[in-house]
Amino acid sequence: MHGRPRKPLKPVDEAAVAAKAEKLRALQSEFLSNHQNKIYSKEAVELSAKLLEINPELYTAWNYRKLAVQQNLAQCESDPESVNSILDEELKVVENALRQNFKSYGAWHHRKWVLEKGHSSMDKELGLLDKFQAMDARNFHAWNYRRFVAALMKRSDEDELEHTQNMIDKNLSNYSAWHNRSNFLSRNCSVLLSNLMKKAAPGFTSKDEVLTREYELVREALFTDEDDQSGWFYHLWLLDQTVRSEFPLLVSSWPVEGSDISLPAADYLDGCASMNVFHYSSRNFPLVLYFNQSVRGVNSSTVSVSCGFNLNIDLIWKPLSSTDSQSAKVWATHLAIPDAELHSSEAYQVEVKVGFSQGIVSTTGVAYSHPSQISFQLHLQKTPLESGQDSRFGRIQWKDDCFAVYEPGSAEPDLVNLLDNLTIKNEVESTASTWQARIIDDETNIFRDLLDCKIGKLTVARLLTAYNSLRPLDKPVHCKEVLELYSELMKLDPSHYQYYKDNHSLVLLQQVTSSKESLLSRCFHYRDSTLSTNGSPLCLRLNNLAISQLGSFEKLLWVQMLDLSNNELQSIEGLEALQLLSQLCLSNNKFRSFTALESLRYLKSLKVLDISQNEIGSHSIDTTRYLFRSPLSHSVGSCDWNINYLSSETYWEAFFVLKDMGLTQLDVAGNAITSKSFNVFLEKLLPTLKWLDGVEVN
Amino acid sequence: MGELAADKHVKYILAVEKRKDNFESAVLEHLRMNGAYWGLTTLDLLGKLDAVDSNEIIEWILKCQHESGGFAGNVGHDPHILYTLSAIQVLALFDKLNVLDVDKVSTCILDESDIAGLQNEDGSFSGDIWGEVDTRFSYIAICGLSILKCLDKINVERAVNYIISCRNVDGGFGCTPGGESHAGQIFCCVAALAITGALHYVDKDLLGWWLCERQVKSGGLNGRPEKLPDVCYSWWVLSSLTMIDRVHWISKEKLIKFILNCQDTENGGISDRPDDAVDIFHTYFGVAGLSLLEYPGVKAVDPAYALPVDVVDRIFFGK
Repeated sequence: MHGRPRKPLKPVDEAAVAAKAEKLRALQSEFLSNHQNKIYSKEAVELSAKLLEINPELYTAWNYRKLAVQQNLAQCESDPESVNSILDEELKVVENALRQNFKSYGAWHHRKWVLEKGHSSMDKELGLLDKFQAMDARNFHAWNYRRFVAALMKRSDEDELEHTQNMIDKNLSNYSAWHNRSNFLSRNCSVLLSNLMKKAAPGFTSKDEVLTREYELVREALFTDEDDQSGWFYHLWLLDQTVRSEFPLLVSSWPVEGSDISLPAADYLDGCASMNVFHYSSRNFPLVLYFNQSVRGVNSSTVSVSCGFNLNIDLIWKPLSSTDSQSAKVWATHLAIPDAELHSSEAYQVEVKVGFSQGIVSTTGVAYSHPSQISFQLHLQKTPLESGQDSRFGRIQWKDDCFAVYEPGSAEPDLVNLLDNLTIKNEVESTASTWQARIIDDETNIFRDLLDCKIGKLTVARLLTAYNSLRPLDKPVHCKEVLELYSELMKLDPSHYQYYKDNHSLVLLQQVTSSKESLLSRCFHYRDSTLSTNGSPLCLRLNNLAISQLGSFEKLLWVQMLDLSNNELQSIEGLEALQLLSQLCLSNNKFRSFTALESLRYLKSLKVLDISQNEIGSHSIDTTRYLFRSPLSHSVGSCDWNINYLSSETYWEAFFVLKDMGLTQLDVAGNAITSKSFNVFLEKLLPTLKWLDGVEVN
Repeated sequence: MGELAADKHVKYILAVEKRKDNFESAVLEHLRMNGAYWGLTTLDLLGKLDAVDSNEIIEWILKCQHESGGFAGNVGHDPHILYTLSAIQVLALFDKLNVLDVDKVSTCILDESDIAGLQNEDGSFSGDIWGEVDTRFSYIAICGLSILKCLDKINVERAVNYIISCRNVDGGFGCTPGGESHAGQIFCCVAALAITGALHYVDKDLLGWWLCERQVKSGGLNGRPEKLPDVCYSWWVLSSLTMIDRVHWISKEKLIKFILNCQDTENGGISDRPDDAVDIFHTYFGVAGLSLLEYPGVKAVDPAYALPVDVVDRIFFGK
């Protein structure tokens, strides 16, 4: 079915071909009849061998031969010579078939089946494999079979590692060899290293030595032919192994250490909000923990929360992950704050202790062993709102003239303190060994020689980014150069434009969120005629940045009002970490479906949402269909569907995203999905809605 | 650029179904069930499923079912999980899943009392009683049982764990633990994880880069590094990219052009590469690829179930 020319090279004798086909059909028919009737005579079995030589894909013939072998083995009563001759015959048939098609699953499996009976010398099998791998070093069937034989022979990992080295020495352009090398190293690194350290084997004394040798090995592959991809992915894996943090650590949190937070006395919906006053229900004060990798085991035993008022109830910590119910990078819980009338308005000291008892483990199995403590103060305001202040907040308009640049003043020292403490200091990181930085530095200098080609630019960009990741407490360096490299790649390799664009956006956001000054310059007061600016909501504006992917969420846990309009976003994955979000603008982006808004299901405080001017409803293919909790991915039971809402025009995606939200304002205009019936559906779904597309809802 | 010669392809498919006089059809008799799935799904994607006699086809399908519940590639051949899925998928196209005794079919895949039960201790699946293990079969079991609404009959957790054990450091998946990443296996594993709500085990950025680098200068996609492009990878790679929301990382225009250039606009059908011989396999993957690229005139295809979206929605959301 592959690689045959459309116009045959010589004229076809149609009659001869038809005769040949007819003959083959007759043989197959005879064979099937033998199979049905369990005829295993010598003649019948030979017929199957003949057929398999013509067509090794005739899987029923392999099954038939196995049955014949079983019967014959039973008859010869383990007389070793007979057994050998029976099994030898099978191996011969397999070899003939493989010659016809050395990618035949059936043939390879039959060989394994025969070998499992304890026949054939393993060295002979390795010899056969060497022959096959010489013919085609990329045949994955041969590599799989090699693994099978090696396991049967109990060959050591070191020997197999050497084999991959031999294959690479023969030809650097052998992705399969690199893959198998990475397979052994990744699965056995710690075992291999510790074994070798015990044996004091030369050359392998520590992780950095192993990595340095591997970098040297693969570098040649990258430099020999800049377009050959064989070494690219191996190199990327080495980079990951160099910089990855061994330990799960707490990276940031909400609230931030040392915060001073005021809570309003009673429920009020759209009241004023400033950095330290929260305008949602006082019942739901969130605590958010952001780790450097996915962890499980965050619960009231491993995280203790103590504060002035009694909190005897076990807090329920939830992982903020749409499909994983056990682990996540970001975990959240909510403190149930009692009514202020019952307490005097004093400050409560809250202490969150993370990981002082065992139990938090990364998904790679490393225990959390660097406990953190976060302390902050909560002030409960006794006086409720003045009656003059209507709970009906005006409609939010995301226009430039509604925003006034934030002027840091003494009134809110907390914002500045907060931005100074966004990243948690982890002792283990600041005392990290320097070998990581040295390797990255060396590699960067080497690859600067390759900057005129794609893989060179990409590798340098990744190395510089990796360097920054080793120093999370310092301001990132080389951002400008990295951004330039990605821009150049967008021009050099236009097929992959969006890949480079997405990476460019991530670096841009790292740059924007990397300093207090940069963040402050993007903070604005929202100005409504009914309010003074004192105490008006503070908005982080990241609009008009041409960003196509979001990141740096660990720096944004404090954000309540966010403007992401006029960008190129098609996903908000990661935004679920921003548990304080109450007003969000996503207008004028590239959202294609409600399933892309899955993260919103976690934002319990969201009141105002603008998704106008996007592409929802314009696309026949939904690229986030399976990244969304629904019956299609078996992450929501069918009984959870509320049939009432589903009419002939089903809006199941919108239904699932919005159904539990207490939105007061929603804008959806400028999407192909909008229609009168859709708006009616929305009004029914969201009883708390006051404004839909700028129009008051009755 | 050229256009999709939809009518020619429809004619080609209908003709191939009947051809008996060429060697190729004799040699491929054992996988006629797959061929039925490829041809009929293509017809449905082009809006022409009514051009065939569904009753005749269903009758033949049922003749291929064995005592054990599994389906063979053709009448008289042995049952195998590969053909069982195609049978289920074709019945789904015709909205005739009710002709199946679901218990019987699902039992053949997971019967625990019978040593022929196909899910193994480690969560993997065998293709048939002869025990070949491959992540393709994990996908087939999960996809097939999901369509039959009885996914809970297998040990999903173990099935997922086995698939994850086949994950490689480049983000891709192989056929067995340690197996090299290959686009076909990646599709099977990613789709299986999608259906079981386990896509959080996929590093989307890492795998997305590996997958998007399958696009070569000609605009076509290959199946793994340093191999030739092939239209069938327009499905395996593209559906994987779609499921992890990274399809925007390739050039859609260039790929569309490549697929259209692989058409035989005279006689119908699509081939693996421009000017090669056409076949049903590549015709289906070319059209399905165009569907994922939102080519006009082609119905939307579901990237995990490899069936038209309206068929899948009917199964999961239909009343």
